[in-house]
Amino acid sequence: MSNIIEVTNITKSFKDGDRVTEVLKGVSFSVPKGQFVAIMGRSGAGKSTFLYQLGLLDHPTSGELMLDGVDILKLKSEERTRFRLERLGYVFQDYALLPDLTAIENVVLPLLMQNVPDDIAYEKSKQALMRVGLEKRMYSLSNKLSGGEQQRVSIARSIAHDPKILFADEPTANLDSESSENVISIFKELHKQGQTIVMVTHEADYGKITDRTVLLADGVIIEDTINAHS
Amino acid sequence: MNRIDIKVGTFLALRQVRHASFLTTALIISVMTLTFLNLVVVNGILVGLVKTNANNKFYSGDVIVSPLREKSFIERSADIVRMAEAQNGVVAVSARYIESGRLEANYKTRLRQTDLINDAGGQIVGINPDDEDMVTQLSSKIIEGSYLEEGDYDQILVGSDLLFKYAQIDSPGVKTLRDTEAGSKVRLVIGDIEREVTIKGVVKAKVGEVDSRIFMIDNQLRSLINRFDYNVDEISIRLEPGADASVVKQALIDAGFDKKAKVLLADEAKPKFLQDVEKTFGLMGNLIGSIGLVVASITIFIVIFVNALTRRKFIGILKGIGISSRAIEFSYVIQSLFYAGCGTLIGLFVVYGILKPYIDVNPINFPFSDGILFVPISGTMLRVLTLMITTIIAGYLPAKLIVRQNTLNAILGR
Ligand SMILES: Nc1ncnc2c1ncn2[C@@H]1O[C@H](COP(=O)(O)OP(=O)(O)OP(=O)(O)O)[C@@H](O)[C@H]1O
Ligand SMILES: [Mg+2]
Repeated sequence: MSNIIEVTNITKSFKDGDRVTEVLKGVSFSVPKGQFVAIMGRSGAGKSTFLYQLGLLDHPTSGELMLDGVDILKLKSEERTRFRLERLGYVFQDYALLPDLTAIENVVLPLLMQNVPDDIAYEKSKQALMRVGLEKRMYSLSNKLSGGEQQRVSIARSIAHDPKILFADEPTANLDSESSENVISIFKELHKQGQTIVMVTHEADYGKITDRTVLLADGVIIEDTINAHS
Repeated sequence: MNRIDIKVGTFLALRQVRHASFLTTALIISVMTLTFLNLVVVNGILVGLVKTNANNKFYSGDVIVSPLREKSFIERSADIVRMAEAQNGVVAVSARYIESGRLEANYKTRLRQTDLINDAGGQIVGINPDDEDMVTQLSSKIIEGSYLEEGDYDQILVGSDLLFKYAQIDSPGVKTLRDTEAGSKVRLVIGDIEREVTIKGVVKAKVGEVDSRIFMIDNQLRSLINRFDYNVDEISIRLEPGADASVVKQALIDAGFDKKAKVLLADEAKPKFLQDVEKTFGLMGNLIGSIGLVVASITIFIVIFVNALTRRKFIGILKGIGISSRAIEFSYVIQSLFYAGCGTLIGLFVVYGILKPYIDVNPINFPFSDGILFVPISGTMLRVLTLMITTIIAGYLPAKLIVRQNTLNAILGR
């Protein structure tokens, strides 16, 4: 089985008192290893919600989810955290860095949590920061960096441990065009090296660089196209 | 909790503390310092009120000899004094003659038998002023007038409890002399012996025994009551600081003097009510201390809770990137220990570096006692330990409350 992501009929609904909002209404979706997928759709379509389920930040209401051959929904919450720590990378729209930590400390923290020896962990973090072109700002506190720089730290953090899958939720939404290009070129480079990437985006343009575009509307996939260039 | 949780927790705590705003840190630490002081000092003052050792210092000396129950004086007093003086470490010995008597103030103006007598009863104590001063520093307790000197003929010292000026009570049982102070002439009455004397000074040691006595030169009292056997009624023995009083007591007992008199250490001779008061104050101190501890734990709880609450988003992120809940909780425990530890260190410095040395030199002037700060190291260490354990719990709980929340909601601030 070569699909690294296998989603079957996932639903997600939120209860607010007696009102139940069904945000994901049965999504099935699979991604082979090494694919770069763009998930698009209008605001409120459920893109983020979908990515949270895939990235194990949330728990689906029903359905099945296999990641890297593991039946995720059968795992205990602690095992899920461990799985996320070791095999997934997640880039948030608003970077989600820890302000008390320097750039390299932000990157090294998940590695330390994985019991990687200090010297190796810091070495890996340095390399990750070099890959995103931030070796010069390694020791700056993360909240002293520009938005583009912070997003690159966030990417470095999500790739330092060589994750099986990299998720990104509108990684360029808060950035100016130059920083956006910078970030996108990093993703392109990662993809070239064989990284599986699932990225939520608003930019139709990015269809040119991804292998595939999935269009979500109102909680279901309405279009799934393989992009011609690849 | 494993090694990695501890390592990552410490990593996080160190950086959070390092980057916390100075003002916040200073505020939290000063709250902790005050909490610590509340815990240690309040108890220390309460217990210090009664642990002044005033009874020993100003009355009994380190060893006190008194008559056997069935005797009215100490037999072979002179031998006891001589032997006591010869003991190692003995600085001074004061032998006191004691007779019951009374003072009358208005004996000149009281014309009719029916006029009220202005008088007060008390024990008349004959002393050698130099010996007495070496044993009980009596001269330092003169609050008005001056101390007795060898050869003072018709001069007395009066305890402040006998003067209305200092003890405003006048119940049928306890009478005090009105309009009387140092320099006043009063009539000293012992049985049917009367003599007009002058009050040379007023004594106030805040020790009941001393403050209700009337002192005069020993040979004056002896001649007044025609007593020439040199047997006294009370012998107080003062030792060098650090000398072992029980050795001296044992020596006197070994010499057989326990057949002639009661030989007691200062603590054994302490009146029962004083011991009870000490216990009561200790109990109150502990009670207030316990309340202080509860207040301390609530304080720490709130501080850590607010701290964790303002960092809710970052706690969410930590969980989101795969940091274990235990590591995050541990980081807050470390932080609270840091704050409590700093507060404790500063508190220890304030107590042992400033307050204790100061109060030792300048006792707190309470009406019935010159209070010291009673803060034995062992008791303080116990409180530090209790505070630390409380801190761990009070730091852990709020962190757990926040960490338990939904990760995504925390990150998104929902
Ligand atoms: N916790 C929640 N409780 C109730 N409704 C929610 C919750 N989370 C999301 N929703 C709803 O689900 C819908 C989809 O939200 P989601 O954030 O996934 O949209 P999105 O496609 O990412 O939009 P955008 O492009 O604006 O980021 C929205 O209508 C939102 O109001
Ligand atoms: Mg979204």
